[in-house]
Amino acid sequence: MTHSRLRSTDVLVIGGGLAGERCAIEAAAAGHDVVILSLVPPRRSHSCAAQGGMQAALGNCIMGEGDNTTLHFIDTVRGSDWGADQEVAQIFAEEAPRAVRELAHYGVPWTRVRGGKNRYFIKGAQLEIDEREETDGLMMHRDFGGTAKWRTCYAAAGSGHAALYALDSEVIKLGITVTDRAEAVALIHDGNRCWGAVARCLRTGRHFAVVAKATVIATGGYGRIYGQYTTNATINDGTGAAIALNTGVVPLGNMEAVQFHPTALAPSGILISEGARGDGGYLLDKNLRRFMIDAEPGKQELASRDVVSRHMMRTMRDGHGVETPFGTHLWLDLRHLGGHHLETKLREITEICRDFAGLDPARDLIPVEPTQHYSMGGIRVNKDGHAYGMSGLFAAGEVACWDMHGFNRLGGNSQAETVVAGRIVGEAAADFASGTSLNVNTGVAIAAVRSAERHAASWLARSGSGPDVYSIRDAMGETMIDKVGIFRSGDQLQEAVDRLLSLLADCDRAVLRSKVPGMNPELSFALRLKNMLRLAVVTAMGALARTESRGAHYRTDYPLRNDTNWLNRTLVRWPESASEPEFTYEPVGPIDVPPGFRGYGRDDQLEMEVSVDQYNKDVFVRQATEGRLESREPAGSRVRWGEWQEHV
Amino acid sequence: MNKARGKTPRRLTFQVFRYNPQDPESNPRMQSFELDEAPYMTLYIALNQIRETLDPSLQFDFACRSAVCGSCGMMVNGRPTLACRTLTSDLSDEIRLHPLPVFELIGDLSVDTGKWFRQMVERTEGWIHTQRDFDPAAPEQRMDDDLAQAIYESDRCIECGCCVASCGVANLDQDFAGPAGLNRLARFMMDPRDERTDSDWFEVVSTEDGVFGCLGLMACHDVCPKDLPLLEIHAYLRRKMLTTKLA
Ligand SMILES: Cc1cc2nc3c(=O)[nH]c(=O)nc-3n(C[C@H](O)[C@H](O)[C@H](O)COP(=O)(O)OP(=O)(O)OC[C@H]3O[C@@H](n4cnc5c(N)ncnc54)[C@H](O)[C@@H]3O)c2cc1C
Ligand code: SF4
Ligand code: SF4
Ligand code: FES
Repeated sequence: MTHSRLRSTDVLVIGGGLAGERCAIEAAAAGHDVVILSLVPPRRSHSCAAQGGMQAALGNCIMGEGDNTTLHFIDTVRGSDWGADQEVAQIFAEEAPRAVRELAHYGVPWTRVRGGKNRYFIKGAQLEIDEREETDGLMMHRDFGGTAKWRTCYAAAGSGHAALYALDSEVIKLGITVTDRAEAVALIHDGNRCWGAVARCLRTGRHFAVVAKATVIATGGYGRIYGQYTTNATINDGTGAAIALNTGVVPLGNMEAVQFHPTALAPSGILISEGARGDGGYLLDKNLRRFMIDAEPGKQELASRDVVSRHMMRTMRDGHGVETPFGTHLWLDLRHLGGHHLETKLREITEICRDFAGLDPARDLIPVEPTQHYSMGGIRVNKDGHAYGMSGLFAAGEVACWDMHGFNRLGGNSQAETVVAGRIVGEAAADFASGTSLNVNTGVAIAAVRSAERHAASWLARSGSGPDVYSIRDAMGETMIDKVGIFRSGDQLQEAVDRLLSLLADCDRAVLRSKVPGMNPELSFALRLKNMLRLAVVTAMGALARTESRGAHYRTDYPLRNDTNWLNRTLVRWPESASEPEFTYEPVGPIDVPPGFRGYGRDDQLEMEVSVDQYNKDVFVRQATEGRLESREPAGSRVRWGEWQEHV
Repeated sequence: MNKARGKTPRRLTFQVFRYNPQDPESNPRMQSFELDEAPYMTLYIALNQIRETLDPSLQFDFACRSAVCGSCGMMVNGRPTLACRTLTSDLSDEIRLHPLPVFELIGDLSVDTGKWFRQMVERTEGWIHTQRDFDPAAPEQRMDDDLAQAIYESDRCIECGCCVASCGVANLDQDFAGPAGLNRLARFMMDPRDERTDSDWFEVVSTEDGVFGCLGLMACHDVCPKDLPLLEIHAYLRRKMLTTKLA
């Protein structure tokens, strides 16, 4: 094996999106040698598509006045339907202001407060507001769903783009090695300790190993397990989460917690940012009625995403949707915002409507439908981002279940999470790397590369008749959206599990039609397919097992949140050789804000039977038995017990 | 938009450039594929359909499929543009597809724009140069919103490479910063957070590889799929350089 096929570094970061790059910067700043692997050049990571912005409680504008990190924390916990780890939500809310300001330091052209008279749309009505001159030039906020204040910082309609370019500039400035068009396909580990990853070059199809003292997975969401029914990019295929699952030791958390975004452009699935409703856009049914006014008189279009998506589905099921040959949709109305606003503040949305549907939002209604958007679940980690059950392995960003989102994440909280967690996890990985040496047997790494090569070769060696990989993918996507979607029920979920397991078996019979040398796009996809199906299976099984409704997980046969039995987090492990995964449950984390009404959605639930104190008593012990590694600071040390009470 | 709806669909013919440098048996050639047009069909949909039903070895790049990531630049009927947002209904029924020139070919329609852009950023030092350390406790430095918008206007470039492919100078001279590179320079030049001085700028910008390499025919401006105001940006750079020279 030649040298180029075995590389070593201090910190390996798999993923060059916002989370991965922020981690890499932190580790490099600590003096470590860092390698980033990415499917695409980092600037093309899906973080670039985020239009809306990042939540951080700066409270700069009038509508954000009086905001603070405690309010942000409370909104996040409520949004999560109490599924979040409240210590992590607390850390996040406290660190978010620093993170967005740091991005300003790296060059993000955040939209700024304009002192004096400004015209805004609030719940559809136009309002004139005098911004205080003393805040002129500070970062501006916009309104997003499920928040008490205007809190989302944004750079026109290209927040993710601007943030990713700023971080990548920093990565290039620091001279960090980026190997793009490379796909991590397996972790190198011995069941306790991770030593890097095996990757496949997407230019040549060759495999290589990167041996590292610390490895961070930051591979983003995996919406493509819903086939084409997702706002996610085509590269959001979940290999990153799957390679952790394939260790058999590291659990994935809350895989059934899947967010559906209310406004994807129908039928292409391209996202229309929540900024559209934040700035005053309406949802209309086929009779042009604003159904959200009756459904949620308080928050209206800006209730949390799970709640809005369900009201949209109900409206369509009740026959009030617009029927077309491509399915049923509702309308998003932005016409009243006016051409100037649409061309400047919401320009990317205007372009998407024009380019993909031939519509002008200043004149036309926009066809929208709820679509898979975000994965709250993922690789379960402690507050340092250290994976359960595997030292030296970390995860950050959407692929992680750090767990500030619980069963529903708020708009603007994910991008902010990537940079907040990126710094913290990057620092923890750097500390870990400092305290260890690279005494891995290179034989282990070489064996891992050989095994990946054999796996690829076995696909190419198959012949005869068998299903093709793309038809298996399509069947997976249809199954997921039909049976593991917004409304779920026991029988549908059981059907989904059966179907997905049989598709998984089909993978072993599937045959490639192309055997060309090089990266071979069909082989590249085939290598992902089984991993995607394994994620789909654990998502469906987790949803079947959870007999309650919480956040985005809605069971028509169990419509209530059940704090008596289900105030917990699902954990799933799946050794590669086992035919089915194993499920366990752990407490959500320390409870500071006790479960109650979210302020939108249903206000009844099955109450906790134990007291909060009792619940909290053995939280950390129970999590430790599930594999939680010790964090650098003791578990629970960042909870600000009871402080929230002064703010409600 | 819905030209195709309700009528018998058009039969589209795609002439696609093929070459796989990893395959010793592959030679550059054109291959033709036929598909029925469907409503809302973009080149993203069409190319995937070709790959999934007609030729599984076809290479091309898409990620966001929503015109924001810059992965899918290619020559469509001789003009560089983003394939994902090109509706077939806007094209005739014979569609020619080639990879972008200038960039290294990976295979078929896939080219290495990432490598070119990383080198460009390294050469132009496309990052904020500042002596100030970040102070985690301090509020953000103020900026006028109009200035923030102006910076964003040029920051919006998605590095798709279409302008570079259209540029005669970039096609001949690998060291030329190219229209996108000039745009990056302007983006940092107008940002007060970047502490580079006029003479620092003069060294990078006013060379044959910088703004004075440009012939000013503005092919780049016409092809940019994100409508970046490259015309004004180049004018801004020339003006800045001339005033620096005079001073
Ligand atoms: C259309 C859209 C709009 C959004 N808007 C907002 C918003 O306004 N506000 C908000 O807060 N959130 C938003 N989100 C969510 C948010 O943008 C994402 O959750 C976040 O950007 C994810 O960042 P990340 O760094 O975790 O992953 P990504 O940005 O997805 O990056 C993943 C990286 O991993 C790499 N990778 C993946 N797999 C592998 C592998 N096997 N080997 C090597 N590399 C790999 C990829 O190449 C990429 O570099 C939006 C999401 C979408 C889909
Ligand atoms: S105007 Fe300059 S940069 Fe643009 S295409 Fe012409 S030579 Fe190239
Ligand atoms: S300036 Fe326009 S054409 Fe050129 S790389 Fe940027 S977005 Fe593409
Ligand atoms: S696929 Fe992202 S720009 Fe076309």
